[in-house]
Amino acid sequence: MAGQKTLFEKIWDKHVVATFSDGRTLIHIDRHVVQEVTSFVAFQSLRKRNFSVRNRELTFGVIDHSVSTTPGRTASTFEPTRGRIEAMQQNCRDFGIQFFDVNDPEQGIVHVVAPEFGIALPGCTVVCADSHTATIGGIGAWAWGIGTTQVFQTLASQMQMLRKPKTMRVNFHGTPGFGVFAKDLILYLIGTHGTAAGTGYVVEYAGSAIRNLPVEGRMTICNMSVEFGARSGLVAVDEATLQYLEGRRFAPKGKDWDQAAASWRNMRSDGEAKFDREIDVDCSTIRPLVTWGTTPQDVIAIDESVPEPSSIADPERRKAVERALSYMNLRPGKPIAGTPINVAFIGSCTNSRLSDLEEAAKIVRGRKVAEGVQALVVPGSTQVKLAAEAKGLDKIFQAAGFEWRESGCSMCLAYNDDAVPPGTRSISTANRNFENRQGPDTRTHLASPAMVAAAAIAGCITDVRKL
Amino acid sequence: MQKFTILRGVAAPLMMANVDTGAMADSRWTKNVKNTDDVLGEKLFACWRYELDGAEKPDFVLNQPRYRKSQVLIAGENFGCGSSRESAVWALMKFGIKCVIAPSFGDIFFENCFQNGLLPIKLPEPEVEAIASQVATAATPELTVDLGQCRVVLPDGKAVAFSVNAERRTALLEGLDELDQIMRYEEQLQNFQQRDRAERPWLYAR
Repeated sequence: MAGQKTLFEKIWDKHVVATFSDGRTLIHIDRHVVQEVTSFVAFQSLRKRNFSVRNRELTFGVIDHSVSTTPGRTASTFEPTRGRIEAMQQNCRDFGIQFFDVNDPEQGIVHVVAPEFGIALPGCTVVCADSHTATIGGIGAWAWGIGTTQVFQTLASQMQMLRKPKTMRVNFHGTPGFGVFAKDLILYLIGTHGTAAGTGYVVEYAGSAIRNLPVEGRMTICNMSVEFGARSGLVAVDEATLQYLEGRRFAPKGKDWDQAAASWRNMRSDGEAKFDREIDVDCSTIRPLVTWGTTPQDVIAIDESVPEPSSIADPERRKAVERALSYMNLRPGKPIAGTPINVAFIGSCTNSRLSDLEEAAKIVRGRKVAEGVQALVVPGSTQVKLAAEAKGLDKIFQAAGFEWRESGCSMCLAYNDDAVPPGTRSISTANRNFENRQGPDTRTHLASPAMVAAAAIAGCITDVRKL
Repeated sequence: MQKFTILRGVAAPLMMANVDTGAMADSRWTKNVKNTDDVLGEKLFACWRYELDGAEKPDFVLNQPRYRKSQVLIAGENFGCGSSRESAVWALMKFGIKCVIAPSFGDIFFENCFQNGLLPIKLPEPEVEAIASQVATAATPELTVDLGQCRVVLPDGKAVAFSVNAERRTALLEGLDELDQIMRYEEQLQNFQQRDRAERPWLYAR
């Protein structure tokens, strides 16, 4: 039907500053969050060209990727990245950017902090030089990752030059079974359609299973849009979104809130809106998942076996599976359950919010981490950490033998001192299982917080439903 | 931005799918780098090129004598997936690679290539595979990439046509900086924000 728009199209149309005859469009950026690692060269360029930050009130700075998560940490605890953190402090001071420093109560992973403080808001355009900026789509914002040159451009101009992406809707129907979480839904989608299925699209996640997810779970889904190939993913606004945001520090207040909330209620796709592609997923058949290989599409249910390359017809795919199995040191055709692990990591912008820690704590309570396993919980933000401590979750984890850390990106990408030791195997709540991602010669299995907690207790990959 | 017009150079086949940006710019070596640092090129594909003790892995394609000075990479689908780190593009360029030919690319990496003057060429998978196998068996594994003509000339002299967005092609050929183009729209931006401040005052309030 004419005039019927998708959620994405509504946001796009609201942010057009100028259009070009060749299809390019200049889009206004409502919120730009800069982190210490990918902004360094952008600030250098800004200084070199003698530019200021055009809209300081729309720009925020965080420290997350490189900071140590050791209790009592400071900017210099991990010496190799001290320079990056100090440069960030200096840059935010010099350019007048609101900045959350290492030991500020607002510190945390950018995509956890941005919604948590109401910095990111529905219907807004949000960019950050980090691919998992897509996470923020969980509150109905259009959020995407950019490169460092684009950070420079956005700081200087508050605009991005874009070509309109295609639209896709993924409808998650049905009720997920016991032990199945948001992480399993998105891994299932990636496993079924591949890591490039979303390339060139903005993906809207819809359907009853998404509506029934709390906002934090929606962020887990949107987070891994990138692993599905899409630069951004989003979920329509509903009452749960508004409840999540009301009263947050940077969210509108009073009359402004009423006006904003009224406009946000329209942040959903119209009934007859057309998408370039639609995918349907039946959640009722999804079982707890775990990755076996070196891309997020290499995923199987916990009661399945790793693939047998000899049964794969496509020679390219067979070669890739052989390489992945060899890297992962897994025997073809063997059940994934029972694979011993050395490290269990609960954290990252995918699964480090309070509800994630609560699900993990339910499994851990009254149990002990298996001998020889290093298990750690790294809350997604200092606020998540404090909220978890108020509920006593830190005590549950520590009593079981987990390390309870300060907030940061940590072992997801091993940019700080939290690397998985070479030659060992980890199970992780993060988003990438690429070769060497958690440190050189490390093997990573991705799963939900409950599954990672279960593996920490069992000492091997195990079915959380059986604990 | 660095111009890209025509390039004649060695091409290396790296026919794997899902090569991620972290493999190109390993976080161990990129903690404090600037885009101009030589270490980026030295540590390109660090985990594939070197053992943990720093010794070269002789089998990796870029360590083979015939491909050590590669300027073109021929790769599998979804090349440059993963992290947004622009250091992946800087690392390729510091090594000397100015063009990557693949069936598909990670979106952010693709964008970052154009911002730095590295040409990513998308071709159908069978064509990429044919180029890779011809390069692998040619006496001299050299290609000519001609952006003006939008074609790649293979070792056997045959040409393969490719397409690239017209405005991106112009930007590469002339070395245009995208920010300079964006900044011309300051007046339109002021008009936009004036309207927007009336409609969404809360967005700008702090």
